[in-house]
Amino acid sequence: MNNRAAAGSPHMHLGHGTSQVMQLVLLATVPGFTALFFCFGWGVLFNLLWVPACALACEAAVLKLRQRPPLPTLRDCSALLTGVLLAAALPPTAPWWLGLLGSMLAIVLAKQLYGGLGFNPFNPAMVGYAALLLAFPVEMTRWLLPRDVGDALPDFATALGLFLGRETLTPIDAYTGATALAVFREELGGQTVAELWQSSPVLGRWSGAGWEWVNGGFLLGGLFLLYRRVIGWQIPATLLGALALLSALCHDGGSSASHGPPLLHLFGGASMLGAFFIATDPVTAATSARGRLVYGALIGSVTFCLRAFSSYPDGVAFAVLLGNFAAPFIDRCTQPRVQGQQQ
Amino acid sequence: MSLPTSPRARMHGGINPPGNKQQSLRHPIRRLPLPPQLIVPVQQRGEPLPELLIGIGDRVEKGQCLARGRGERAVSSHAPAAGVVTDIGAQPLPDDQAGGVTCVTIATEPCVASARCLPPLDPVECGNEMFLQRLRDAGITGLGGAGFPTHAKVRAAIGRVETLIVNATECEPFITADAALLQERAADVLRGASLLLQITGATRCLVGIQDDAPAAIASLQAAMTDARFQLCVLPARYPHGAEALLVHVLTGREVPMGRPAIDYGVLCHNPATLHAVARAVLHGEPLISRVMTLTGAALRDPGNYDVLIGTPVAVALQACGLDEWQHSRSLAGGPLLGVELQQATVPLIKTSNCILATTEAELPRPPPSQPCIRCGLCADVCPVRLLPQQLHWFWRSGELDKAASHHLEDCIDCGACAYVCPSTIPLVQQFRLAKTSLAEQCARQRQADRARERFEAHQARVATQQRLDEQRRRERAALLQRKQAEAAARTETVNAVTASSAPSPQDVIAAALARVQARKAAKRTAEPTALPPEGEAPP
Repeated sequence: MNNRAAAGSPHMHLGHGTSQVMQLVLLATVPGFTALFFCFGWGVLFNLLWVPACALACEAAVLKLRQRPPLPTLRDCSALLTGVLLAAALPPTAPWWLGLLGSMLAIVLAKQLYGGLGFNPFNPAMVGYAALLLAFPVEMTRWLLPRDVGDALPDFATALGLFLGRETLTPIDAYTGATALAVFREELGGQTVAELWQSSPVLGRWSGAGWEWVNGGFLLGGLFLLYRRVIGWQIPATLLGALALLSALCHDGGSSASHGPPLLHLFGGASMLGAFFIATDPVTAATSARGRLVYGALIGSVTFCLRAFSSYPDGVAFAVLLGNFAAPFIDRCTQPRVQGQQQ
Repeated sequence: MSLPTSPRARMHGGINPPGNKQQSLRHPIRRLPLPPQLIVPVQQRGEPLPELLIGIGDRVEKGQCLARGRGERAVSSHAPAAGVVTDIGAQPLPDDQAGGVTCVTIATEPCVASARCLPPLDPVECGNEMFLQRLRDAGITGLGGAGFPTHAKVRAAIGRVETLIVNATECEPFITADAALLQERAADVLRGASLLLQITGATRCLVGIQDDAPAAIASLQAAMTDARFQLCVLPARYPHGAEALLVHVLTGREVPMGRPAIDYGVLCHNPATLHAVARAVLHGEPLISRVMTLTGAALRDPGNYDVLIGTPVAVALQACGLDEWQHSRSLAGGPLLGVELQQATVPLIKTSNCILATTEAELPRPPPSQPCIRCGLCADVCPVRLLPQQLHWFWRSGELDKAASHHLEDCIDCGACAYVCPSTIPLVQQFRLAKTSLAEQCARQRQADRARERFEAHQARVATQQRLDEQRRRERAALLQRKQAEAAARTETVNAVTASSAPSPQDVIAAALARVQARKAAKRTAEPTALPPEGEAPP
């Protein structure tokens, strides 16, 4: 027998750690990023390398300031994941300073100032994204036209020039254009949905050209997370369900008053990324099973309302932040019935 | 042979840890060699000191009664082997390592004589009181969990339960003591169950067992001939064995945590207890040994052993081939509910169902805990449907009232939450601490309430007394006043009466004057006649 202080029961552990959870989520972003890279070219790769690196650097710097050993915390991969998710949300034309600023906002302001992992009330990646969107609306909404829609994707050198901020060298407007959701907001005019679908090249089979692949990729990753039980089914199911239901109700048979068919919404914008990777961030989501149903439905509904009625083409980030606000209240109202207790 | 029935309800959550049961099921139940010393607890926790029937230096026989309990719930204790009493005093026990329970230490002597037994009872003839007294005299306490005296539990159940549940769901990893017992002695266990059915008036007996003990299931099925018995095989899942949860799974009835199942018409017993009941009643054997699992990677010869109560842990482990180099720690109980033993000198007691002598490789200590990411895995596995992630948060911020409103006190310490927690947070310890402080807070609150009630009662009494005094004074004053008023009134009436009936002084004077005048006049007239005017004697 040894002299170490006796630990209480249980003395056995499943053996899955927090960092494994984060690593699985990172792994699940691979199909989505592959689709992003395929559709939007080198800019995606620059973001993917640069933003997480900035996030890790910010985390290390703050931990140093807080006089904590940085390595154990960096190893939990949470900052890396925040960086990767922010990279997925940034447009592929984003210059380097946008990614750096976004990571600083996400890691320093939204995460570490609240006490680090587990203590942040708001999703760090979405705080970074929303702040950038409010501060730099032009840079943040300058999406490339997907492959096979525009003339061509910028080649490596052009993309690098964009990333390094020397956009004056390249005629940027030749490559960029409105996304499918933006087209629906702005160009529907007096046309019916079918007419718009005929006329607009950015609309693909169900949704935005290219975007349907990106969303399909994130859906695939999300299904992998569900299969590995990293996330619960509740949030994605009710989020996408609410989005589909509301868009179906407002579809109006495809008239000119329509806000777009359900498939456009499900496979357009950041729907799948938001449903499987952003809204399911456990730290900031509602925590009971019933609470998660409500939380997902809330985010889905707010996303649709923002897409339909606000001046932004997409609303996932704001909807998630609103959901974060509501999460503690939802938790309070959805306590499960304890075993043996009468209702 | 009866076919198993299916469970009536499903347990929420739960975990499936690796069973590790095969190590200890390779051999039949064996006996350990007689240990040189036995440390036999003779007092039950929370009970007064027992009446000791022996003294230091006395020679005792195997099965001889050492002490008789004094309390309502206390049971007798017996010498597990022949020998000489060398010490009587408080000793540390596996479940009370601080050491506050009186024990009798016996230096054993090899002896071939069989145990001294009580006369067998005829369960049909003997009647309830004699039956319960026999359980007391044979020293029978619950062998599964908390060691509650069986006679007290059965007494509370008489006429109030319709179902007896045999809790053979040995859901914790490594432990196979009940499985081994059922494998070899299922008939005795069922006999014990029939006795309790007869005494309590219950009409059916459900035997709950997990599907990871196929040999025990087969042996139970072969031994079950009575139509009142039903076998119910559950999928292996921890913690099926928690009483309230098992009652729910087997009967569909939800028992609130912490309430006795007897209040809901169910009596729950462990197979080992039923075995001991049958032996005590039908054969008169006192409870001096029990089947327990001695297992773990640090033992060369793990298995189930019939161990004498009071055998020191170290002696038992040595007999099973303890590998001192590999050994990291010993747990009394399984890896999920067990208590880490601080010292190997503690004896094995009636509630010891397993000693797990483990190695660092087999049960590694968890890495330092990380912050909670509220992943909710804990809530998914909590069999009571608590929200451990919220309770953890409330514990951190010291908000005990919120923890209480999230039903902290319903936590059964099963440890499923801590088992799955990816941040390896010691949730169970935190909840235990929180429950303790909550209980203390409640006790303090109760005490304060009582003090306040007493104070208020005192104030009320004082106020009443003052009011009464005041009233009495006022009454007295009023009485006095009335009396004075009456007296005054009386004198006035007298005066008034005298004033109205008596002639006025002037009249009196006038009358007197008139009388004098009259007398004078009479004298004047009488002088010539010489006759006295009135009443005067004649000369």
